Amino acid sequence: MPVSTTPQGLPIWRRRTTRTQWLQYLAWLAGVSLFLLCWKMISDNTMWVFVEDAGRQGADLISRMTPPEWGYASQLWKPMWDTINIATLGTALGIMMAFPVAFLAARNTTPHPLIRSAALVIIVSSRSINSLIWAMLLVTILGPGVLAGIIAIALRSIGFVGKLLYEAIEEIHPTPVEAISATGASHMQVMSYGVLPQVMPAFAGISVYRWDINIRESTVLGLVGAGGIGLQLNASINTLAWDQVSVIFIMIFATVLVSEWVSAKVRHAII
Amino acid sequence: MSEQIDALPARQQAAQRGQWRRLPLIDSQRMRWGLAIGAVVYLVLALASVEVDWQRVAEGAGRALNFLGAFMRPDFVSRYDDIVTGLLESLTMTLTSTVLGVLLAIPVGLGAARNISPLPMYFICRAIIAVSRTFQEVIIAILFVVMFGFGPFAGMITLAFATIGFMAKLLAEDVEDLDWRQVEAVRATGASWWQTMNHAIQPQVMPRLIGLSMYRLDINFRESSVIGIVGAGGIGATLNTSLSRYEYDTSAAILLIIIAIVLLCEYSSSHVRRWTQ
Amino acid sequence: MLTLSGVDKRYPTGDRALTNIDLTLPKGQVMALIGPSGAGKSTLIRCVNRLVEPTQGSIRLEDTELTKLSGHRLRHTRRSMGMIFQEYALVDRLTVMENVLSGQLGYVGFWRSFLRRYPQEAVVEAFRLLERVGLTHALDKRADALSGGQRQRVGIARALLQSPKLLLVDEPTASLDPKTSRQIMRLIRELCAERELGAIINIHDVALAQQFADRIVGLRTGEIVFDGPPSELTNEILTTIYGEEDWDTTPEPADGADADTETEADETHRRQPRAAREQRPLASVAGGGAR
Repeated sequence: MPVSTTPQGLPIWRRRTTRTQWLQYLAWLAGVSLFLLCWKMISDNTMWVFVEDAGRQGADLISRMTPPEWGYASQLWKPMWDTINIATLGTALGIMMAFPVAFLAARNTTPHPLIRSAALVIIVSSRSINSLIWAMLLVTILGPGVLAGIIAIALRSIGFVGKLLYEAIEEIHPTPVEAISATGASHMQVMSYGVLPQVMPAFAGISVYRWDINIRESTVLGLVGAGGIGLQLNASINTLAWDQVSVIFIMIFATVLVSEWVSAKVRHAII
Repeated sequence: MSEQIDALPARQQAAQRGQWRRLPLIDSQRMRWGLAIGAVVYLVLALASVEVDWQRVAEGAGRALNFLGAFMRPDFVSRYDDIVTGLLESLTMTLTSTVLGVLLAIPVGLGAARNISPLPMYFICRAIIAVSRTFQEVIIAILFVVMFGFGPFAGMITLAFATIGFMAKLLAEDVEDLDWRQVEAVRATGASWWQTMNHAIQPQVMPRLIGLSMYRLDINFRESSVIGIVGAGGIGATLNTSLSRYEYDTSAAILLIIIAIVLLCEYSSSHVRRWTQ
Repeated sequence: MLTLSGVDKRYPTGDRALTNIDLTLPKGQVMALIGPSGAGKSTLIRCVNRLVEPTQGSIRLEDTELTKLSGHRLRHTRRSMGMIFQEYALVDRLTVMENVLSGQLGYVGFWRSFLRRYPQEAVVEAFRLLERVGLTHALDKRADALSGGQRQRVGIARALLQSPKLLLVDEPTASLDPKTSRQIMRLIRELCAERELGAIINIHDVALAQQFADRIVGLRTGEIVFDGPPSELTNEILTTIYGEEDWDTTPEPADGADADTETEADETHRRQPRAAREQRPLASVAGGGAR
């Protein structure tokens, strides 16, 4: 916090020096112009007529969505069951694969730096690619169906769980690990006694959290053919049956709220 | 309670005789078995409901190999124009939506913080957050595409809307966990509401807000790569086309670009976070 | 029983932690290792069980050359050296019994230890040790539910379950209050006598060292500058170990609590406790760098 002196000899306090002040203005200027540039590009690619029409379209949409066709709900139980299965089995599969990857990726448990980089590559590529993209890919490979969805969710979960878990592993207290090695324990025993108990709560929390996210993600996998309620959603949208769409939305909303509640409860119980 | 007091010496006696087992995670034996059986039954039912067309899988195996091979020789060139437009759209959508989303999330987040907002406001803001967080971006995109027409504008609105839910929830939690003594200290100087916000609340939540914004930028980019599937602009449409045409080398190129940009985002956001703290 | 000859340790950063250490520890002797922070006390005892690799020299436990061991043989030898830590180094989320039984890890296979199927004799012995340190009632408590002194007792029980020939003790009292410190030191002392164990105890507190050790070794910047019985530890020697200080007016250097009662006139009184307090974080930083 610089204090300078005026010609009269009075000290004045400013929060920043002149230089940092200018740098900050400059950064703001750059940021704002970047934003405006991006905005311009988007607006160039936009048919503003449609946008001006949005209010009317929205009202129209709502009028078509109400009242929801409740009878349709009876056909949604099976797709919803599939959706939950995709999320649950996918998460299970994902965390099974993420677990060893995280141990290989953590600096303090990896057997070799080269293996660590390989594990990090797996984590980054899995994280960067959205589960919907994985699903598109797997549908072309495995054919449409729940299996593609499960694997897509699993592949996406590796990165998420793997990253958070390896960060948790790197943050453990080193002294218990040291103490366990000092008893003459083997490498695996050090992992299971020194490291595992320390990361177990984090691991459980992360897994449940990911399951909750996966419920949400698996609701749309059907749009590309990977099973679940998204298939029904796609069909209803294609036939412009908006009153069915609103039933689906309500189902999704309820399921996600319940899963979020369960996940929060479980995480509270663990911590 | 009395059961526990009795149980402890029993375990001690057993240990004295050399019999010791790990304490079970769940106390009640009935509950343990119930959970285990429940899990097995669910697993059986769930796996039974997965229908796999093995013939189709065998057919696809060749494609899988093709796809893996494509990563060795990604093709950036033949759809160069599509990739560049898609990417630019994705990037611009990401940036504008994050900025708009974060700006809008601040009032919503403050409104959803139980300790500073009146009750009706609290419920409205919590409802906005719940709706925005429950629906996957793609579902929201479908609605906005219907309303605003195809193109990046719908995508931008979608991502901004999703950003509001994400940021506002975390911001609200932050504000609820505020160190209230600091707020009182500033209030005690006779500061107005705005001054309190500026001097007591902002300094406490700002570093995390910036960190979260950077994180959200990263998420928005990743999401912008898929909402193109339903016509909301961005690289997703290009990717979808290339995959459905089995042009795996182009898809591989796009995926590699996405991975590279996410890495870049992550790297720079860790720098920004360090710089702001 | 334990013989160190010409042990050197240089860290990759170029810091020389130990220089040409020659030391012999006979069976059943309790030796206190004193010296300022950064003198290499921790490094020395960690070199013995190879948590830190010595750069040069030879360390022999009975007839085994420790510096050449690796893999299975190293683990085998580590079993015979029990280590007790400053911050107790218990695994917080495991129960007291599991922590004590982890002293057996060198004796049982992975799956047995993973499923907690320890041999009956091991459990009997673990229980007897818990009885000895007075913690049978806490058998099923989680380690993080215990107080500092109780944790240190669990740490001692764990080290003893290894049926060691030698105890390596790293600042056992640094995180404890004065009374508990003395209790813990007395316990270690008694256990060493009962089982004829040799022990190397790193300790900050010179008074405690003098009271509970058979022999004192003073370390300064990685070199031994004093080696003798507690009675020979004079103020001049303390000055060579720690540097200039008015030793007579500071009865208990490790305890900062009495600093409050000091008057401002007595400058030296206040200096020492503060220095001791400042040394502690430094010690942990140096220890962290060592790993």
